[in-house]
Amino acid sequence: MARLGPANITLAKEIISRYPVARSALIPLLHLAQEQDGYVTQEAMAHIAELLGITPAEVLGTCSFYEMLKQEPVGEYMVNICHGISCHLLGASELIGHAEKTLGIKAGGTTEDGKFTLEAVECVAACTEAPCLQVNYRYRNKVSLADFDQLVERLRAGTSSIAPHGKLARTRQQIDDERRAGVSPPDGATQAPWLDTNSNSNGDIDNKTIDNKTADNKTTDNKTADNKTGVSP
Amino acid sequence: MTTVAPAPQDPPQDIQPEDLQIVTSRFHNPQGHTLAAYIQSGGYSGLQRALEMAPAKVHDEVRAASLLGRGGAGFPAGVKWGFCPPQVWPRYLVVNGDESEPGTYKDRLLMERDPHQLIEGCMIACYALGLSQCFLYVRGEMAHAQERLAAALNEAYEAGYVGANVCGSKHFSVDITLHWGAGAYIVGEETALIESLEGNRGMPRLKPPFFPAAIGLYGKPTIVNNVETLSNLPWIIANGGEAFAAMGAESSTGTRVFAVSGHVVNPGVFEVPFGTTTFRDIIFSSRYGGGLRPDRSLKAFIPGGASAPWFYEEHLDLHLEKTAVDKAGSMLGSGAIVVMDDTTNIVAACHNLVRFFARESCGKCTPCREGTSWLEKILSRILAGQGRPQDLDLLLDVCDNISPGIKWPPRQTTICPLGPSAVSPIASALQRFRSEFEAYTP
Ligand SMILES: Cc1cc2nc3c(=O)[nH]c(=O)nc-3n(C[C@H](O)[C@H](O)[C@H](O)COP(=O)(O)O)c2cc1C
Ligand code: SF4
Ligand code: FES
Repeated sequence: MARLGPANITLAKEIISRYPVARSALIPLLHLAQEQDGYVTQEAMAHIAELLGITPAEVLGTCSFYEMLKQEPVGEYMVNICHGISCHLLGASELIGHAEKTLGIKAGGTTEDGKFTLEAVECVAACTEAPCLQVNYRYRNKVSLADFDQLVERLRAGTSSIAPHGKLARTRQQIDDERRAGVSPPDGATQAPWLDTNSNSNGDIDNKTIDNKTADNKTTDNKTADNKTGVSP
Repeated sequence: MTTVAPAPQDPPQDIQPEDLQIVTSRFHNPQGHTLAAYIQSGGYSGLQRALEMAPAKVHDEVRAASLLGRGGAGFPAGVKWGFCPPQVWPRYLVVNGDESEPGTYKDRLLMERDPHQLIEGCMIACYALGLSQCFLYVRGEMAHAQERLAAALNEAYEAGYVGANVCGSKHFSVDITLHWGAGAYIVGEETALIESLEGNRGMPRLKPPFFPAAIGLYGKPTIVNNVETLSNLPWIIANGGEAFAAMGAESSTGTRVFAVSGHVVNPGVFEVPFGTTTFRDIIFSSRYGGGLRPDRSLKAFIPGGASAPWFYEEHLDLHLEKTAVDKAGSMLGSGAIVVMDDTTNIVAACHNLVRFFARESCGKCTPCREGTSWLEKILSRILAGQGRPQDLDLLLDVCDNISPGIKWPPRQTTICPLGPSAVSPIASALQRFRSEFEAYTP
């Protein structure tokens, strides 16, 4: 499969609906394509262009800027070893050298069986846990050489719960239609309604017992809140 | 301890529960990321309090707090909020969760361990300024933070804290859209962040004349704030701006989260009163960094992330306070303190930092694109023992082309400060440790 499948099309439309301008959904959709196929295929890019009403060249232009988006197949597990300054000070080069030997590939390469791609990456924001790495963007902290071997064994044996490359968050944002405020398009909008400066109200709620299940926006009166503090324009 | 089990990663941190805490108060609670635990510990009371106030009054509280931005530049949030042009709508909020400056580790923890605090902060900012949609941009590589935020947002929507008619209010309705990047440090720069959020290559826009508060996302007024900055808002509104301003130093109020990494016994992420703690405390005290390993001495430390000029022994008694650190010739930047002891190969450390900027240059302007990559190449050949004696002056000459005069604060011939950032480690290292470079260039 290379174009987005039916379930992913539904998901893609849901994601697009959260942005006032469709093109803003481009990076999330490229991730979706990568989750489906393990990398971003040409066909997926063309399909995403259709969904967003932009050209495939525009999709490629954005896709090629970002390191996580792969346009060629990579290993089932991306092993990204940090070589940022804090990890460098605590043995990142040794760890990378060891990983190259263990996996039999150079950083940047993929093992023949397609299991592992090894990369040396910049700081992944775990600097106090140096040296550290990510496998498909899941952290492993203070990794010794022995830890690394053990990790590779588990991944080879398939006893790890790490999802194949492409999958990021296991939980997605979901917005119920009735809870949705609605997107705010860049043109034609007026001042945010809760800033109404003509009203002498001093806040937007008058009821301290908040229960959104019963709140009825037609009966809420915003004129009664505490008025001592004054409104500065 | 090493974690090889495939469980979600929550490394225990060295934050003492009895310490003064604003933004890390729930870090010790393994359930702190859930709505139940959040509400039980006073969560969302700041938002409810805000909704009882006039929006402008909420802004006043943030001004009174003198909350400085925690993303790097340290600009006062209340002042930046005032830069939205009065009658231009809509206005947006973009949350900068792209944390990727080497040595920086705090925003990820704030997103993973206390996502509701950030969400509450976003809603308070939207209410105060009339920002009608919020985009929460999380760094692409942070899968766990993305799922924690997604779960928290789903809970917050259902409970009525985000979305239509927030907390039962009549008019206040705002969506928070969770967005995620795809790997590019430069996207942390606020105008590049906006470009990326528009679906483009993450290349910075020229500013001045226009800052995002005037012309930002989709050309509309946009407030860009850092994760830690926004995470302070619930406390500020619940307790008052003055109470916040009473903490810390006069010009650096509240608390700040610092990551202490590198050659210390006890690396960790620590929330400390802002401006009253010294570098010596945070590096050497047993409740924080725990000092150097036995028989080692301090060679240098980076006070505020890879972009910051280095500090040494003689700076240890400076307070972690913005003005003092600025005056001493560096910056607190993103709260990243990286300690290097006497075993550090300075040329290799310098090369490491410069390589980062060379790799992450977006390529939009020549001095940065060409300059950083030449700096990296020259340092590589020096490190490989193939340097020439004149290479050291050549390094400084290239630096001078990126940042004329090699001064602090830096001047720039570039569109954004990334280019000049690569100059800091070279200027520092060559000034203090020139002989170590010369040892490589016979
Ligand atoms: C190259 C570069 C990278 C940056 N990266 C980040 C980042 O990862 N996170 C962040 O909050 N700010 C980053 N900043 C600073 C932002 O441009 C911006 O000042 C900040 O997000 C504003 O938020 P604050 O006022 O709350 O600090 C970066 C700036 C530059 C020049
Ligand atoms: S200074 Fe570097 S990163 Fe910044 S805009 Fe120019 S080329 Fe891009
Ligand atoms: S330097 Fe390795 S995680 Fe920051």
